[in-house]
Amino acid sequence: MTAAAAHSAAESLPRANRLGSRLLILLSILTVIGVLIGLYLGMIAAGTDIEQGEVQRLFYIHVPSFAGAFIAFAATVVGGVAYLITRSVKWDTLALAGVEVGLALAAINLVTGSVWARPIWNTWWNWDPRLTSDAIMILTYAAYLMLRSGIDNVDTRRRFASVYGILAFSTVLITFLIIRIRPDTIHPVVIGPVLTDASMMASQGDFELNATPGVTSAVAFASAVWSILVPWVLVWWRIRLENIAHRVSALRMKVMEQ
Amino acid sequence: MKTTPFFKAVMAIVRKDLQAEMRGRELVGAMGIFALLSILIFSFALELDREARTEVISGVLWVTVIFSSILGLNRSLAMERDQGNLDALLLAPIGRGAVYVGKLIGNYIFTLAISAILLPVMSALYSVSLFDPFVLLTLLLGVLGFTTVGTLLATMTVQTRAREALLPIVMMPVALPIILAAVRASTGALSGSAQGDWIGWVQILGALDAIFVVMCFFLFPFVVEE
Repeated sequence: MTAAAAHSAAESLPRANRLGSRLLILLSILTVIGVLIGLYLGMIAAGTDIEQGEVQRLFYIHVPSFAGAFIAFAATVVGGVAYLITRSVKWDTLALAGVEVGLALAAINLVTGSVWARPIWNTWWNWDPRLTSDAIMILTYAAYLMLRSGIDNVDTRRRFASVYGILAFSTVLITFLIIRIRPDTIHPVVIGPVLTDASMMASQGDFELNATPGVTSAVAFASAVWSILVPWVLVWWRIRLENIAHRVSALRMKVMEQ
Repeated sequence: MKTTPFFKAVMAIVRKDLQAEMRGRELVGAMGIFALLSILIFSFALELDREARTEVISGVLWVTVIFSSILGLNRSLAMERDQGNLDALLLAPIGRGAVYVGKLIGNYIFTLAISAILLPVMSALYSVSLFDPFVLLTLLLGVLGFTTVGTLLATMTVQTRAREALLPIVMMPVALPIILAAVRASTGALSGSAQGDWIGWVQILGALDAIFVVMCFFLFPFVVEE
């Protein structure tokens, strides 16, 4: 690459504009406030669960963090499809950011679930179908990052990562749907129609959202914050970081050429 | 330029793969020996009594089939790439989809050949007859499912730095729903429980196959463009 080409490459990269930065900082503050209100509703305002006690309050983080991870991984699919069609780098950056943010949120989901399971199921881990598929989902996205790091050519890397990001979403859908396919799971169906099969209800245990005052509103509020604000703000920060990294490498090329 | 009709191109690729295999026996030989070794290791490692054997035999079968199929997929695509044949296929006036379906059918046939060797050997070694029509159907569907995903992913991983090491890592998690459904269906069929208890798994397997075939068919052109 000539010096002029490197220079124009550095200039053509998106530079964080002032308005965007302000909006992002504002949204970040809103997110922190939203998460804090969600924690207040869950930890203090909602009544204590009669059967499970205080440890049930982990649900106010456990369920919302999966919602956030779902949104982030869905962003990876959108980014992957859009990259394959348009070949514009920004879509691949979105896909990468989605995977990393989704992995972080899925890790929160897994750890809180495990901590909750210790007193309630008397084990940190069991081979419940949803636990298994959730662990597979996390490994799939870890494989996504390994695949990326194994390819030197940037165009090939983006292309393969897009394809794998689309395929990998099947594990997210399975984690979401498996409690409807496998009746032997202990995970309750919280969203959508519940099959009122007596044997199934018995194996799942009753999970009554309305049994304790304040639970429904706390879960709903926290899920809204964690699926609308948290993943998007984190993805945005990650995209900015990636753009800055691109700029740095382009500028380094320019300096080395001179 | 006039392109060769889809099915003609597919059949030509399949014929080429079969002919190369007949002459070299590079894939089925390695896969077959590996598969036989694994079932011997399993029978030592698990020390199974009669009852336990019927419980785990389908798990052993599927683990063996999938590992030897990974071995075969890696070799099959690495050969295409190293000898420059993949580039030749892409230069030829045929659709990318035909290349994919051709390679898929080739890999499917090889993995089914391994399964055909495994079935009588395992039936004899574990004293459990695997020749149940539903086990055979599950094998046909299950092997189709993971060779579909595997052919796409192997085409990607042979182009990376890590090569052979990467395929199991990227393929196992994505193919896991297929393996899960296949193991459940064949365990159910062998356990002799009512058909209604496990037939759902065969249906799920068929649905997963259809989804993966369509997805991989449309994604394949993106992993071979250059």
